[in-house]
Amino acid sequence: MNKERKRTLTIKTPEGIAFSLHLAGPVTRFLAWLIDLASIFVISLTARIAAGFLGVISPDIASAAVILAYFIISIGYGIAMEWYWRGQTIGKRLLRLRVMDEQGLRLQFNQVVIRNLLRFVDSLPAFYMVGGLACLVSPRVQRLGDLAANTIVVWNGAVSEPDLDQLLTGKYNSFRNYPHLEARLRHHISVREAGIVLQALLRRDELDPSARLELFKEIAMHFKRAVKFPQEATDGISDEQYVRNVADVLFRSEFPGR
Amino acid sequence: MIIDLKKFITEERNSWSDLEHILDTLEKDPERRLNLEQVRRFHYLYQRTSADLAKIMTFSSEQKIRGYLESLVGRAYGEIHETRPSSRRLGLMRWFFYTFPQTFRRHIRAFWISLVIMIAGGAFGGIAISFDSEAKGVFMPFSHLQMNPSERVAREESADRDRMRGEKAAFSSYLMTHNTKVSIFAMALGMTWGIGTVILLFYNGVILGAVVLDYILAGESKFLAGWLLPHGAVEIPAILLAGQAGLLLASAIIGWGTKSVSLKTRLRKISRDLVTLIFGVGIMLIWAGFIEAFFSQYHEPVIPYAVKIGFGIIEIILLTLFLLRSGNLKLET
Repeated sequence: MNKERKRTLTIKTPEGIAFSLHLAGPVTRFLAWLIDLASIFVISLTARIAAGFLGVISPDIASAAVILAYFIISIGYGIAMEWYWRGQTIGKRLLRLRVMDEQGLRLQFNQVVIRNLLRFVDSLPAFYMVGGLACLVSPRVQRLGDLAANTIVVWNGAVSEPDLDQLLTGKYNSFRNYPHLEARLRHHISVREAGIVLQALLRRDELDPSARLELFKEIAMHFKRAVKFPQEATDGISDEQYVRNVADVLFRSEFPGR
Repeated sequence: MIIDLKKFITEERNSWSDLEHILDTLEKDPERRLNLEQVRRFHYLYQRTSADLAKIMTFSSEQKIRGYLESLVGRAYGEIHETRPSSRRLGLMRWFFYTFPQTFRRHIRAFWISLVIMIAGGAFGGIAISFDSEAKGVFMPFSHLQMNPSERVAREESADRDRMRGEKAAFSSYLMTHNTKVSIFAMALGMTWGIGTVILLFYNGVILGAVVLDYILAGESKFLAGWLLPHGAVEIPAILLAGQAGLLLASAIIGWGTKSVSLKTRLRKISRDLVTLIFGVGIMLIWAGFIEAFFSQYHEPVIPYAVKIGFGIIEIILLTLFLLRSGNLKLET
């Protein structure tokens, strides 16, 4: 197991497979907490109204019910939700966050209880300052409760698909006549290189004309060296078009239904 | 490795869907148990999807499929490689009479340390109040503790009406929740290498020592015992147990004698015991809160002091027997 920059945690399975978890930042977690705070307020208010009916029998019992209900809701909300929703509360669900075991294992009840009870220290002196600072200095963005419980909070954001149709429409891609070379290109190009292609195309209108020419020339040269397409596929197309063709090969969806 | 992506996806997609379906089912119902055939199928699908993830990693552009497979493998990994005992539903009676006292005894050293700290605080509070009676204003957080003990006793014993009438349940709830919060705090402060827990225990000892000596010096020992013992016999040990939990957490953080074991392993090892102790403390404080509101606040002539003191002594004996003996006969599996 090792950690990477940009708040990801990579876990290697005994089968030799690695998968990455995107760690949630303190700000997102704070927003989720605000939503949970509002949820606790609404649930407590409902309980208060319900307890009010007990006042008909005894005002003393009604007051006792309100005190107990608020205590149970404020402490039990996080524990109950994270246990039954497998690491999620209302706030976390809305912001696509989830509490997980630090080693990627199944979350245990003890872990849920400890991380929630340690909020008492994390929330000191106000607005989760201790917890927030701990998140900032911790390599795995953990507050004290997470450290004690061996948990992390991950962000399961949807992988957004770039709007390639807008970039690639109406342009015939001569590379499509050579599927074996397309496959080789996909295989040889790293994620970083693919990202450079995409960013260059998405930001091309922000560049000066000369810088734009220079940039696409360099990128095209790089890919020409990586995989050589026959001359008839590359003849007469500009460097920028060459890069567009590469992007089409790299990002074209093959997944049925996508 | 060059693969035909379209063919690959078409062939593998059903396996991914099956694995996702099993994972959804397991996650919706944490208590669900798979039979042997289902476990085999689950394991097969996990390995197959893992292999697919390894293949797709060679495709720089297939971020979406890669993300999907990583999520599947990550979820299945947690289910398959989890070797800790599952948090199965534990019978409340069994937990209370076996697990809780056994856990207390397993970490009894932390309890003794907790007790010594509180006694030290008590001694400090007592000495301070005997030398400087004005220290009462600093030490005692409640106004009824700051008045002259003899005056209070005279007032309580001559009261012609039930001053707790119509407030007992609310007062009891307040005590339960307040003391439970203090106990959770004592446990949670273990994260400060135990410094916070020690301060909290010492401070509670100071208040207790100051109150006790104040009443003894005023010649009101009988009132004091009748007032404090019925609820204090359980409440004070509960705070000590919370301190025990805090010190247990602190010892895992510091790693005395277990430096060779990683911090994460040390914390994992005590997590179940921490939760057991703090839940046990919660139950003790519910009892103490009930007794304090409904019993402790009534004095002679309503309830004779001998009855109150006797009740408190019986509680101490039963609690001691419970914590030291309960669950001794049958070891928890």
